[in-house]
Amino acid sequence: MAKTIMIDGLSIPFEEGQTIMQAATDAGVYIPHLCHHPEFSPHGSCKLCTVKVNGRNCSACTFPAMEGQEVINNAKDLNADRQKITQMLFVEGNHFCPSCEKTGNCQLQAVAYHLNMLDDHFPLFYQHREMDASHADLLIDHNRCIFCTLCVRASHEHDGKEVFAISGRGINKHLIVNSESGLLKDTNISAMDKAAHICPTGAILIKHTAYQVPIGERIYDHQQIDQVSLNSEQVDHDK
Amino acid sequence: MYEHLETADNKENLKRVIVEPVSRVEGHGKVTLLLDEDNKVKQARLHIVEFRGFERFIQGRPYWELPVLVQRLCGICPVSHHLAAAKAIDQLVGIDPVNLPVAADKLRRLLHFGQVLQSHALHFFHLSSPDLLFGFESEISKRSIIAVIEAYPDLAVQGVMLRKYGQEVIRMVSGKRVHGTGAIPGGMNKSLTKDERDYLLKDIDQIINWSVASVALIKKVHGANLPYYDDFATIRSNYLGLTKPDGALELYHGGIRAKNADGDTIIDHVDYCKYNDYIHEEVRSWTYMKFPYLLSMGQENGWYRVGPLARVNNCDYIDTPLAEIERIAFKAHSNEAMVHSTLAFHWARLIELLHCAESIKTLLNDPDILSQDLVAKGEKRYEGVGVIEAPRGTLFHHYQVDENDIVTKANLIVSTTSNNMAMNESVRQVAAEYLSGQELTEPLLNNLEVAIRAYDPCLSCATHAIGKMPLQLELINAKGELIDKLVKGSDGHIDRNLYA
Repeated sequence: MAKTIMIDGLSIPFEEGQTIMQAATDAGVYIPHLCHHPEFSPHGSCKLCTVKVNGRNCSACTFPAMEGQEVINNAKDLNADRQKITQMLFVEGNHFCPSCEKTGNCQLQAVAYHLNMLDDHFPLFYQHREMDASHADLLIDHNRCIFCTLCVRASHEHDGKEVFAISGRGINKHLIVNSESGLLKDTNISAMDKAAHICPTGAILIKHTAYQVPIGERIYDHQQIDQVSLNSEQVDHDK
Repeated sequence: MYEHLETADNKENLKRVIVEPVSRVEGHGKVTLLLDEDNKVKQARLHIVEFRGFERFIQGRPYWELPVLVQRLCGICPVSHHLAAAKAIDQLVGIDPVNLPVAADKLRRLLHFGQVLQSHALHFFHLSSPDLLFGFESEISKRSIIAVIEAYPDLAVQGVMLRKYGQEVIRMVSGKRVHGTGAIPGGMNKSLTKDERDYLLKDIDQIINWSVASVALIKKVHGANLPYYDDFATIRSNYLGLTKPDGALELYHGGIRAKNADGDTIIDHVDYCKYNDYIHEEVRSWTYMKFPYLLSMGQENGWYRVGPLARVNNCDYIDTPLAEIERIAFKAHSNEAMVHSTLAFHWARLIELLHCAESIKTLLNDPDILSQDLVAKGEKRYEGVGVIEAPRGTLFHHYQVDENDIVTKANLIVSTTSNNMAMNESVRQVAAEYLSGQELTEPLLNNLEVAIRAYDPCLSCATHAIGKMPLQLELINAKGELIDKLVKGSDGHIDRNLYA
């Protein structure tokens, strides 16, 4: 008989070694997240997937599923915290959705809609962040980086390269690239790499492709992120 | 003509009257009058007090963001900025207008006709019709679209529906009524489906009929008030705009034509990429808006008007039959080669509205708008200029990029900027001819706003649409003391506070 955990009163089966996030996704239960991706090792940094496990806060993407767990996920207080975290991500960077080419395809924007985020709440930092447009095919807009490290993990784990890393701490944290000049053009990244396509926001972009998908055909035009996420990530888990 | 009223001598001895903000225009501006002891106007200025800074903050962004970014300049005519920027960035990917895929060219024109239609309908019915139907000095309760709905319900509904139709055209082509996408470097991101085309086609004949009726209405209003309408705020000026190679009215793409007040050609069929050789901008300290002028005529005499009046004056003909009939009637009403009446802006605007409606029908019946051949690409360039006839006049976008595709320089000359000198002249004309020497009252001051409104300036703001914009008038004596004050609240209520 399969082992189970309880999420919001539902009995969810899991396999040995699965995280709560993996078990939930396979069972069709959405837990909000930004730094989690089923293809890569968990990072546990964005904290959006924080759930209560037997009364304690845990990151669902890193915490192993274990028999007898009582998990609270879709609760008012947790969603309020998730909304605050999302607001902090917005004010820390410079996110101008109206003109951003990622709008409609952006996970940060989609999760904000899902969590009913109606304003920034916190004062904007207005940080001065640079762009790196040196690469012929790719562009880094540091204004939109949320330090999820998906590009770091994709480059390392999938592409077999070490193009990206996070440097600095706290407010000085920033994305760096692996070249002496510090410019993307001098790294060994290619537009075909997984790392070039993994960014959940508009921080790493393929040049010359902006706005080619018309309004109405973008990822989140007709479905919210919970549905999109479950549809795509259940498939990935089955691989 | 009235330049002597731009700057008064001995300002310290004059009373100051401020009309702020100017209502029922797009955006924020104010008018200041300086009066002597006998209430004679000595100085009149229209100040544009908004500062947007787009030219600066688009520097450092990748060029493909431009059409979507710069359209945020405005909520009324974003499509104009979207398309002017798109025409400029076409050149950055090596595509000149002749190389744009036919379908993309026609879809952009359709988008633009929808835009001009909705903007013109908005301006005439929502913003200006109260003045024209009830009189410039009518009681304040009459000066709003609400009063028009009460007195002329059918007309008001037609105005709303005309605007709605234009916005539906925009939505079908660009995905949203306001601030959609659509134009991308070298083309468009979608064509119309048959369902979308049929949805628009089913109402187009009604739209044309209503457009015909609206031209008839303005013709009747203008004719019933002659010669007042021909004289009010009227100035003789040069006119500038795009025309087709054969001289026909053109809104999307053409060469620059400028004519002087006598109708003589100053420049014609000028490639707009070389606009810098013909047009310069002057900066004055008392307003954020620059003063463009034709270089060959100098700062003093080179200012010009743009927009519907300029376009209908400048063109040799209009290539849609119903609008052409109206253009001929329009030109015939004046004894001069050019129609200089500032209030004739309204008439010309509605002729263009009709032209847009007819053109939309033609394009909807063109199978090219269903084609999937939408994007072309050429060799990268480092500079691009896009010029379009926006609802309010000729709009220039000029960009330079570096080897990394990042914008390094931007210059925008928006339509309202070109009309800056003319609006100031019209304000001075009204101040000199209609206000000077009289005790100023709120209805009288509305004359100044009527003059400005005729140009449909886009100072950018939509909250004025119901005609209850808060307004404050202050009369200050030569010693700087406040002696009279009129305050209009956001509910339209007026208070007058008299000071000893």
